[in-house]
Amino acid sequence: MIAAFIFYMFAALAVASGVMVISARNPVHSVLFLIMCFFNAAGLFLLLGAEFLAMVLVVVYVGAVAVLFLFVVMMLDINFLRLREGVAQYLPIGAVIGLVLLVELAVMFGGWAFAPDVEALVKAPAPAADQIANTEALGRLLYTDYAYLFQASGLILLVAMVGSILLTHRRRPGVRKQVIADQIARTGKNSVEIVKVPTGGGI
Amino acid sequence: MFAIGLAHYLTVAAILFTLGVFGIFLNRKNVITIMMSIELMLLAVNLNLVAFSSFLNDLVGQVFAMFILTVAAAEAAIGLAIVVIFFRNRGTIAVEEISQLKG
Repeated sequence: MIAAFIFYMFAALAVASGVMVISARNPVHSVLFLIMCFFNAAGLFLLLGAEFLAMVLVVVYVGAVAVLFLFVVMMLDINFLRLREGVAQYLPIGAVIGLVLLVELAVMFGGWAFAPDVEALVKAPAPAADQIANTEALGRLLYTDYAYLFQASGLILLVAMVGSILLTHRRRPGVRKQVIADQIARTGKNSVEIVKVPTGGGI
Repeated sequence: MFAIGLAHYLTVAAILFTLGVFGIFLNRKNVITIMMSIELMLLAVNLNLVAFSSFLNDLVGQVFAMFILTVAAAEAAIGLAIVVIFFRNRGTIAVEEISQLKG
């Protein structure tokens, strides 16, 4: 009863903030509603027993991705109202396609059932929750059977980091910087000069 | 009604996914909102994976959800970097202006 109530609360808030994400006039409000949607999805994950993923969702999505969105939205000086001009024009086709998609998903749910031998297909049975925590079980699986995929996802993050730094880095002209190669290549021959100074003449 | 089953979670995920698709159509001019819609769709997919993982008692679904999270974070970082440099070069992020690769 309580669990059902909590589920409906999280689900309704997630869907409502999802609606606000796509319909808010101000993109900053959109990002804030996206954060709220992520929080409620994390609540749903908790209800499902995926505690680690719920925390990762809060830390990675809310803490990093959504804040990144917020930075970009606030950094760019854009007239966002002008970008919303054609909304009434796109609304019917979008509504039709969304409705078709939803009906298709509903039809699929209607005629769908688990395969009879589904229990035999389970790859990594989750241990009982009172024996081992979700985080520990996930870690044991991730660092053994999925170690290569784990490495690959680290590589993806590295490529993303290098790519975004390379894309957004710019060299501004007229900025004085330390050029270490020039400093090292400096020798006494081209930097020290002996000048004969005549008495009373100066240089 | 009060017994929450797999179908409830799948319904929520389906609604969120549809909202994401709808958002792409609704905000066709604004790249940032389109990217937020994509994040919404990825979240719905994650919810599906975790729901199946929980109800089938199989941890692999959660491992996959974590990889999707990783790829989504990378995608957001690269996409926003592209938006920033595009704005720096052209002064706008309207989607219909982004046609330099058309030839």
